Amino acid sequence: MTQLISLLQAGIMFGTVILYGSTGETLTEKSGNLNLGVPGIMYLGGIVGLIGVFFYEMNNPEPNKFVCILIAMVSAFVAAMLGGLIYSVLTVTLRTNQNVTGLTLTIFAGGFANFFGGTLNRLAGGVGQISVSTTSAAFRASLPFAQDLPPLLSMLFGFGFMVYLAIGVALLVNWFINRTSIGLNLRAVGENPGTADAAGIKVTLYKYLATCIGAGISGLGGLFYVMDYTKGTWDADGGIERLGWIAVALVIFSSWNSKRGILGAYLFGLLYWLFFYIPNLTRRSIELFKMLPYLVTIIVLILVALRRRRESQPPGSLGLPYFREDR
Amino acid sequence: METQKTVQKAIQMVNITKTFGEVIANNKINLDIYHGEILALLGENGSGKSTLMNVLSGIYLPDDGHIRVNGSAVLIRSPREAYQLGIGMVHQHFKLVDVLTAAENIVLGLNEHRLLDLKNVRAKVKEICDRYGFVVEPDKKVYDMSVSEKQTLEIVKLLYRGADILILDEPTAVLTPQETEKLFVVMRNMKSDGKSIVFISHKLHEVMEISDRVAVLRKGCFIGDVATKDTNPQKLTEMMVGRAVSLNIERPEPKNQVERLVVKNLTVLDSDGVKRLDNVSFTAYGGEILGIAGITGSGQRELLEAIGGLQPVESDGSIRLILPDGREEELCGKNPLEIYKLGVGLAFVPEDRFGMGLVASMDLIDNVMLRSYKQGKSVFADRKAPKELAEKIVQQLEVVTPSLKTPIRRLSGGNVQKMLVGREIAGNPSLLMTAYAVRGLDIKTTHTIFDLLNEQKQRGVAVIYVGEDLDVLLELSDRILVLCGGKVSGIVDARTAKKEEVGLLMTHLGEEATA
Repeated sequence: MTQLISLLQAGIMFGTVILYGSTGETLTEKSGNLNLGVPGIMYLGGIVGLIGVFFYEMNNPEPNKFVCILIAMVSAFVAAMLGGLIYSVLTVTLRTNQNVTGLTLTIFAGGFANFFGGTLNRLAGGVGQISVSTTSAAFRASLPFAQDLPPLLSMLFGFGFMVYLAIGVALLVNWFINRTSIGLNLRAVGENPGTADAAGIKVTLYKYLATCIGAGISGLGGLFYVMDYTKGTWDADGGIERLGWIAVALVIFSSWNSKRGILGAYLFGLLYWLFFYIPNLTRRSIELFKMLPYLVTIIVLILVALRRRRESQPPGSLGLPYFREDR
Repeated sequence: METQKTVQKAIQMVNITKTFGEVIANNKINLDIYHGEILALLGENGSGKSTLMNVLSGIYLPDDGHIRVNGSAVLIRSPREAYQLGIGMVHQHFKLVDVLTAAENIVLGLNEHRLLDLKNVRAKVKEICDRYGFVVEPDKKVYDMSVSEKQTLEIVKLLYRGADILILDEPTAVLTPQETEKLFVVMRNMKSDGKSIVFISHKLHEVMEISDRVAVLRKGCFIGDVATKDTNPQKLTEMMVGRAVSLNIERPEPKNQVERLVVKNLTVLDSDGVKRLDNVSFTAYGGEILGIAGITGSGQRELLEAIGGLQPVESDGSIRLILPDGREEELCGKNPLEIYKLGVGLAFVPEDRFGMGLVASMDLIDNVMLRSYKQGKSVFADRKAPKELAEKIVQQLEVVTPSLKTPIRRLSGGNVQKMLVGREIAGNPSLLMTAYAVRGLDIKTTHTIFDLLNEQKQRGVAVIYVGEDLDVLLELSDRILVLCGGKVSGIVDARTAKKEEVGLLMTHLGEEATA
């Protein structure tokens, strides 16, 4: 029982990181932009959020918890949005290839983050020495009564606030896309920009906003990884990038529905950590188990392809640039 | 005209000029549209009809001239501004989002409320439908709709946005005769409700049937307008073309008919296992034109592609080609290369000119060479013969092109089609298959193509003509094979058959076909 609860806990933690990534990417892809820069954008969110609070905590002997959270969230969101802005300028305005642009963004942001992460480690006096203890504690603080509940509930209510925020954001994005007029317009832009244009929708504006805000949400995944998942440290072993790719897979797994993405994220988390709770695995078979989320994604892709439901398909113009003159 | 003078002008287009580079698409055009009339806008391809209507609906800004709506001068810079002035256009290529429902498409971009209020939309749509006699299911997805349903949805969308002036760009091109009749009924209803309709069409009998007034453009200039009751198709054609032309399509009597193509039990499945062609059997004779009629997607494409070796065929079918020299070849189960190697002279003018027929970015010579580059023993392709052939086609068919080295996509639709047909005919075919050979071509080019087909027919070639315009099919073909839902629903004699009869055959398996 304790093992099961502990597996659930690990799965939810893991799932929260990729849920942010995939919710943001879902919003982006609904505008027809396929941003493969998600891992890079999560890197940006993670490192810039960390840098922000690192200097705040360094210069203030008694940092305020709420200011810590505010600085971390705002700097992570803005930095990730800037990543989305680079992507938008290149793909929407200059009409570069979306796949190539996204991949290079990942490579660029990975280098950027690990460079400053290393510098930060040196400033702090060595790997693992970065001290943003107040912020990290604030991110991880659970509800006061959580300790006194029975084990399962204690686990479910014992997470830091970003775990619950992720669910809220995913539901909000889903509601926005499907229930509001602007969401309808956004779907039209991603499906058929020519039609949207003729209906008087500002296609370029929608693409920019969806991509930048989507990137901001994805960036929060990186921040959660740094502050909560790795408890306020910086590791240069590419953990964020690995999870970033799983987030991209999750978008497909959830068939562009962020509500479905919530359960998918936790399922991926459970599958990813399953190996830890199965006794007597060798190193090699561990790697096989870590592959499960991708395997499940491929199975889902095959099922979706067989069912041929139009609603489960990617947005019609995903990955394609839009020229008005092409009409 | 007496009654119209008392009616106020809804739209006045004054001195509209629009140029694209050096081409003058509209040259000082003056056009008035009155309240409560159906105005037919006639003109050949490239005469500037679409440009003029795109100016009115806010897609193009005119270089010169101005537009008055109900007497006051306005500037229309975008489709949205046109909507606000009550002007809406249904384009030939529908502007609908497939995965959205009818209601969602209708409110797209309007942002009436922050939250989607589809209940209200449904009620309003129902009101519009009841008023004019439309049938629209608000919750049906567009990808589940037929062409005619999509068109209805486009019109309802305009009415929902409060359009008083509706521009319909060749709305009947994709409809069956029965669907066209239904469209005309709602058009009349809208007219009696005071709406103005601009109706663009190539089909003169439809213009005569539905319109109150006809305006004619030629080469970017306004030629004149007449009340429909004071004119006839012959006069209208003269206004369009600028000289007297024979409207009749020639149909020489077939001679020396011999069996050329014998198709038996042909069945084609698509990748989903759905039957696109179901047990089709027929014979095409040398020296005749066999027309093939049917609603778009009834298996015409699959039939021609199966004969051409482009579609896998179920094994119990047979496609026998009997050559003039008595040789017999079975085409079933062979791919295009194997058929080519048989040397049977199979010529194919596909529906998709640039997708299958020609390579858009290659020049005229290279496109002609696509047919012949495998000939000869040398590893290098012979460029001389194709060059001469290209020159010959350009000369004989009066293809307008800057040079032989021009990428073929820069040519106009009619000239592209002339090159394609010219190339296919040049190989002395025994069987010539054409799909929608005159789609989008103007009257003059259309007749050139018909002449070419007739010439081949008289040479003893079996010509298969897949078409969408029933009037043309009835005038040009010797016999008509009607496809419905992948089945042959009838083969009729084109000289005696009635249009309604063919129209019924096209739909008589209706329920099965849509299921």
